[in-house]
Amino acid sequence: MASFTLNGKPVTVTGDAQTMLLWALRDDVGLTGTKYGCGASLCGACTVHVNGKAVRSCVTPLASVEGKKVTTIEGLSPDSSHPLQKAWIDNAVPQCGYCQSGQIMKAAELLSKNKKPTRAQIVIHMNGNICRCGTYHRIIAAIEQAAKEV
Amino acid sequence: MTTSIKTGISRRSFLKGMGGMAFCAAVGTDSIKLMSEAQAAAMANAFVTPWVRIAPDGVVTILTAGAEMGQGSMTSLPLILAEEMDADWSKVTIEWAPPEVDKYGYTDPIGKDKLMWIVGSRANQLYYLPLRTAGAQVRKVLIANAAQKWGVDAATLVTEPGFVVNPVGGAKLSYGEIAAFGTIPDVLPAVDPKELKARKDFRLIGKQVPRRDLPAKVNGTAQYAMDVKLPGMVYASSLHSPAHNAPGKVWEQDGATTSAAPESWNDAEVKRMPGVIAIVKLPNGLAVVADNFSHAKAARAALKATWQKARADGFDSATAMDDYLKVQNDPAAQVVKLETKGDVNAAFAGAAKTYRAEFRSDYGYHAQMEPLNAVVRISDAGDRVEVWEGSQSPDDSVKAVAKVLGVKYEQVTFNQCYMGGGFGRRTLGDYAAECALIAREVKKPVKLIWTREEDMAQGMLRPQSFQRLEAATDAGGKVTGWKHSVVGEGEFLLITGIKIPYYGVPNQLIERRGVSHGIKVKHWRAVGHVFNTFAIESLVDQMAVDQKIDPIAFRMDSMAALPKTRKVFEELAGMVDLKAKLPAGHAIGISITERSGSLGAGAVEVSLNKKTGKIKVHKVWVAVDGGIIVQPEQARHNVESAIIYGISGTLHERVTMKNGAVQQSNFHDYKLMRMADLPEEMHVKFVDVDTRPTGLGEIGNPFIGAAVSNAVFRLTGKRLTHLPFTPDRVLATLNQGKTKA
Repeated sequence: MASFTLNGKPVTVTGDAQTMLLWALRDDVGLTGTKYGCGASLCGACTVHVNGKAVRSCVTPLASVEGKKVTTIEGLSPDSSHPLQKAWIDNAVPQCGYCQSGQIMKAAELLSKNKKPTRAQIVIHMNGNICRCGTYHRIIAAIEQAAKEV
Repeated sequence: MTTSIKTGISRRSFLKGMGGMAFCAAVGTDSIKLMSEAQAAAMANAFVTPWVRIAPDGVVTILTAGAEMGQGSMTSLPLILAEEMDADWSKVTIEWAPPEVDKYGYTDPIGKDKLMWIVGSRANQLYYLPLRTAGAQVRKVLIANAAQKWGVDAATLVTEPGFVVNPVGGAKLSYGEIAAFGTIPDVLPAVDPKELKARKDFRLIGKQVPRRDLPAKVNGTAQYAMDVKLPGMVYASSLHSPAHNAPGKVWEQDGATTSAAPESWNDAEVKRMPGVIAIVKLPNGLAVVADNFSHAKAARAALKATWQKARADGFDSATAMDDYLKVQNDPAAQVVKLETKGDVNAAFAGAAKTYRAEFRSDYGYHAQMEPLNAVVRISDAGDRVEVWEGSQSPDDSVKAVAKVLGVKYEQVTFNQCYMGGGFGRRTLGDYAAECALIAREVKKPVKLIWTREEDMAQGMLRPQSFQRLEAATDAGGKVTGWKHSVVGEGEFLLITGIKIPYYGVPNQLIERRGVSHGIKVKHWRAVGHVFNTFAIESLVDQMAVDQKIDPIAFRMDSMAALPKTRKVFEELAGMVDLKAKLPAGHAIGISITERSGSLGAGAVEVSLNKKTGKIKVHKVWVAVDGGIIVQPEQARHNVESAIIYGISGTLHERVTMKNGAVQQSNFHDYKLMRMADLPEEMHVKFVDVDTRPTGLGEIGNPFIGAAVSNAVFRLTGKRLTHLPFTPDRVLATLNQGKTKA
């Protein structure tokens, strides 16, 4: 069980000590935008923010977010208006789309601390997030576009 | 504009809810055909599902058979119909077509059945003409109704998006207004292909029209089967025999038989674990059912089982690969001739020079980002079954579920979901059928999720292969004889892309030597093209180098390129300057592939770290003849995606097997390309042609292997002959022939 702030609202989620945040979000809270890809911190599809830092929710114990602020793709903006979300559509980034919540949350972390990332910085930051459809070049373009707005 | 797609539509509401005009899809064996509701109902002798509906408010609803995994056909199929109908695209709503294959299927180009399979980059090319015809028929009916109301000759009327217009006087009726009073004749007006729009008049085809699924894919609302939650639902995760147990015939592979049955397991121990509700014995495995997925996953990990004998017991992929050479050389081996042209023996006997090369390629895993999963709910009486799945072949999912439960096709309702990747894996309904068995056992709605580890262990792989190629050239250097033999399992999977219809080599002998290991194999983004094109275009390059001829010129002249082939090479030559000075340590390789009616000539610029053996692809160019391009932005996206898939497969991806089991377990040991390996530039160009659309989802990856190998040869004088080109393999090739210091 843990009480924390989820997308700006206080929540209490019951769950065993071994429950990972990913499954608490998806199965208990019902926020399914955060995805299961590997379950082993290898692909980044489950990326969410905890106190502003991007974490892999599939290996983040629910108990560890007690009292913290958790943001998921559903809480990034109320209406898909975050510059990254707009840039993602402008650049037609998603294909199957399954990894894109994680990609966007990882990118949002970058822009929150680096307003003008270089391409090399983008690649280093994003390299842990797999996109099997191969949208990497469009992700870079979308981050560069969004960086001009934030 | 509608940004989401509904599932589980109600037929009744679609037809009766809001008035308006509804057009149906006819039952029949000859592709998808529009029909009046009255006639369709009479033919089907049952309630029919409408295909196109125009509501009085002007909203046009079109059902799409284009299952969506990122390739875009969910949007492009209705768009083709809307084009010919002259619909206002902003008022078009898209809904999934139900898996009524007799109505919404296309005719299999290599068989007699109707199919709804969204595979082999087929959707646009096979649905194109029927959808245009249907759209034109709707337009004719709308015009006829307006003509009758105005008392004028229908032939004098025209349409603008969403309106019928009388050019004399300028009167207009919106499609919605017509739908409010209009009638549909029992027999719809015929449309001659000559009446279809000229390409110059297209308003949607070939224009920048965004995919409808994009908005839901940036805010977490796109619904994958993984995201479905039902009241009272429980969670399952299954474990199958690690050793594969596939039958020798690819088409006989289904969920029930491709893994071996469990013998014994630590039942009591696992049942005591938190949240565990049941352990269900399946024909081919065990499923743990729990109150949430965390519990199911933990319990699955704790299962210790023994298994009955599996067909692949003892199988070792490396040993098998060595044995393929023996099969190749065995005069008693079963040989299937795939192509015999001219007199190949005479060509070799009279050759000025002959060439021979051998190639190998390892197993590949789909690695779709969404681990396989499904949700099933069965009514208390057991007579109604609902399935939620992302499927490339919803009709086969329904069949698979109906079969294992012993119910009729009509008793299964299928709810299509977005697919988190497909790449050919998701056509069997095997995991939906497994979920159905579990749901029947526990009498609750069930979500079944295969863990990534299970998804990989039970991967239905791109087969491994061995290939021997031989070529004969005449005194002028022209290729006069061509022999290609492929050894491996997978029957038809092994031979896609093995023929070379884009070259005019006069004497050819192309063969398959089949083996059977019990390994599960499956379509995999162009499947056989990956290794066949690699082998073909590597040998072609070897000859060009040997004869000191420019690689494009050699293909044009010595391989007798056909006009369509010449065209894509000419386009490619215009995109990349092969004579330009490259950065030190860089080289360019050329290749070509056909797939699903399309043709793509490509080039890659690579460099190689000779200390680590790591290859870097810097630039990629590809010129594609894909017919008329329906959605240019999406078409480019598909080709770029396949280029990345191709680089990933060429440089990284490798499944190995021991004792019949996949040795890799997750993305730490099955390596996929990541952003750091992204080429700096990718250039895709479509040849401007006026022919029907052909497949674009897989034209971008098969050429990559040979292009990279050919470029590496130019850098090193060594040929990479075994896919993938992992650093250890590259180093071993570089060190061949060197004596140890």
